[in-house]
Amino acid sequence: MGTWVIRNNIRKLRFYHDEMTQQQLAEKVMVTRQTIIAIEKGKYTPSLELAFRLARAFDAPFEEVFFVEETNG
Amino acid sequence: MSAHERQAIVSLLATLLLAMFFVGYLLPRYPVGNPYAPEVFRFWGVAFVILVPVSIVANIAVSIVFAVVSAMATRQIASSFADERDKFIQLRALRNALFAFIGGFSLAMGSLAIGMPPSVMFIVLMGSGYGSGLVGNITQLYLYRKGS
Repeated sequence: MGTWVIRNNIRKLRFYHDEMTQQQLAEKVMVTRQTIIAIEKGKYTPSLELAFRLARAFDAPFEEVFFVEETNG
Repeated sequence: MSAHERQAIVSLLATLLLAMFFVGYLLPRYPVGNPYAPEVFRFWGVAFVILVPVSIVANIAVSIVFAVVSAMATRQIASSFADERDKFIQLRALRNALFAFIGGFSLAMGSLAIGMPPSVMFIVLMGSGYGSGLVGNITQLYLYRKGS
C-alpha cells in the first residue's frame, strides 16, 4: 500500500462560486485566511469538522472538495 | 505577515528582554564567597520568586502594548481569534518548548550529579526556562512562516 496524499479542489470551487475570495470562505467556515491558504496549498490537512464545513460552504459533496492521491513508495 | 506571526516575534523579544533583565539586574547581586552558603540558596529562591511574577506581568504588558501599537498601525482592532490551525501550531510549539525544558532540567540535575556547585544547577535551570520559551516562540514563528 502506497502513501496517501489528501488533495482538494478548493481553489477551483472558489472560482466556480462567483470567484469567492479566501477571506469570504474563511469567514464562512470560521477560520483565518491563512488557514485557507495553507489548506489550498496542501500544507495543512484540516480536521474532519472543518473539511465538512468547507464542503457545506460550497454546497458540494465531500468527495468533490477533497480527494486522495495514492503514491507508490 | 499575519497578526499571529507578529505576536510570536513580540513574545520572542519579550523573552529576550526578560533574560537580559535577569543577567543585568539579578546576577550582579549574586553573593560572592562560599558557593554552598545559605545566602546563595536564599538568593536563588528570591530570584525565582521575583522572576515568575515579573515574567507574567511583563508578558501581559508587552501584549497590551503590542495590541495598541498594532491597532494604531493597521487601524484595526487585533483579533484574538485562534482557529484549529493556530491551536495546532501552539501545541507543536509547546511540545518543543517542553522538550527543551526537559533537556535543560536534565542538564541541571547532571551538573549536581557530577559535583558542580548548586549555582550552576540554578543557572542552567533558569537558562532552560528562558531557552524553552525561545524554542516555543521560534517554533511558532517557523511554522507560521512555513505556512503549515
